[in-house]
Amino acid sequence: MLELKNISFSVREDGMTKEIIRNVSMTIPDEKLVVITGPNGGGKSTLARLIAGIEKPTEGKIFLNGEDITEKSITERARMGIGFAFQQPVRFKGIQVLDLIRLATGKHLAVADACEYLSAVGLCAKDYIDREVNSSLSGGELKRIEIATVLAKASVLSVFDEPEAGIDLWSFQNLIQVFEDMRKHIAGSSILVISHQERILNIADEIIVLKDGQLITHGSRDEVLPQLSGDTTAVAGCCRLGGLAELRELKGEDFRC
Amino acid sequence: MLKLTETQIKMLEEIANLHHTPEGAYNIRTNGESAGRASTENIKITSKEDVSGIDIRIKPGTKDETVYIPVVISETGMKEVVYNDFYIGEGADVTIVAGCGIDNCGAHDSEHDGVHRFFVGKNAVCRYVEKHYGSGVGTGKRILNPVTEVYQEENSYMEMEMVQIKGVDDTDRRTVAELAAGAKMVVRERLMTHDDQRAISLYDVKLNGDDSSADVVSRSVARDNSYQKFDATVVGNAACSGHTECDSIIMDKGTILAVPGLEANNVDAELVHEAAIGKIAGDQLMKLMTLGLTEQEAEEQIINGFLK
Repeated sequence: MLELKNISFSVREDGMTKEIIRNVSMTIPDEKLVVITGPNGGGKSTLARLIAGIEKPTEGKIFLNGEDITEKSITERARMGIGFAFQQPVRFKGIQVLDLIRLATGKHLAVADACEYLSAVGLCAKDYIDREVNSSLSGGELKRIEIATVLAKASVLSVFDEPEAGIDLWSFQNLIQVFEDMRKHIAGSSILVISHQERILNIADEIIVLKDGQLITHGSRDEVLPQLSGDTTAVAGCCRLGGLAELRELKGEDFRC
Repeated sequence: MLKLTETQIKMLEEIANLHHTPEGAYNIRTNGESAGRASTENIKITSKEDVSGIDIRIKPGTKDETVYIPVVISETGMKEVVYNDFYIGEGADVTIVAGCGIDNCGAHDSEHDGVHRFFVGKNAVCRYVEKHYGSGVGTGKRILNPVTEVYQEENSYMEMEMVQIKGVDDTDRRTVAELAAGAKMVVRERLMTHDDQRAISLYDVKLNGDDSSADVVSRSVARDNSYQKFDATVVGNAACSGHTECDSIIMDKGTILAVPGLEANNVDAELVHEAAIGKIAGDQLMKLMTLGLTEQEAEEQIINGFLK
């Protein structure tokens, strides 16, 4: 269980203090898939980075299973069981997919075992296991490899920062399947996804809406989703991602972004 | 069996991946003398008479044979210049494993300057692997100054893998090549310098024949107070294509100088140079740290991958 207590985060910009996160408190319970949504610039990704330890809060405390991790480094949090999938996955010259998966598991995994993580994200393992994680991979491929590394890490809490960002619709269809499968095998862990996508919201146990750095709503999917469908938050986000065809399917052919 | 000390055996493993006496043709040189040599039906190794060094003559049409010619220096203060000439017959397809290791536990500088000339016959294929390595706790420097000359006849292929990862204090590498029509050269250089080391690598590749091509790529890491200079010139004298690339990671107080050089003397010459120098990207470190690595472990992984 992850608890955020009165978390604030601000940065200095052009001599001014800009508040990105304002006094946010929340709990991510065990064995739940929680989605944080909200408009761009609302602080969602910052919150994810605060949880992973990439940023440190200006105020407030973060607890993992009751232990205060606010001052813990990225490495310490990773070793305590927090996994993090970057919105824009990093490329490495010379490091192969197999290397990354082995680093994620922390052991010298057999190739066949490493391949299972690639299969789980819909990649033909033999075509990718020896590939370098460099610019020869497309955004969609890279994103799925990023997710495979987080799966391989087998974290207590896995955080995914906009897994749909930067990928085409075809890859997105596969991605949804990946999250649906993860949802089925959530026992002993929890998942936090930052997303605009209605189809990811649809598989959430709980939904949190973050806007202007503040927590607007936090409740079960059945409570929050009806509020959102009257709102343009998820819709606008989906339009920005080019998910028009999918929205038309959901809302009818006449729908326009 | 060869008479080698434990240090020499370790060095041979390091530079030539040799765990026992190689099969086929070889010449193992230790502290200025031949510790063992063998020729085969197709590959003859003979000593030069005028200067120190060997001639390696590979018969035309020789296929899938490997020649090992590693050099180990384990005496402090040892300095040598060695001339090795390789004659690779028409249509041959061979691998040459060279490499030099210096273990210097004394106060005097040890130096090996290898002058290699390759005469690659028509349609021949040659893969050349050269690894440099230094060890020993002495204050004497470990110095390697290789000079490589490559002369490629029509439609020949030369692939050179040059690796220097650790322990060599000073290197001045000069490589020149001349390619006839249809010949192709591929160079992959991997270099890491640390402490106060200095490494200079100069290439001068002349593409003289139509459809000849060269691809010279260097990946390097400069750590601590080390200095590197990569100076690659490709000269296009015909309808040819040339590409040079220098990709470097700079760390600590390292210095890297990349000097691009392209010279086109023919309107159909297509030449490209790329050079990039930068520190390890922060997001690369962060990604590996989110997998549980410390910053230092992440750095090592990134460098090992980059130089793999």
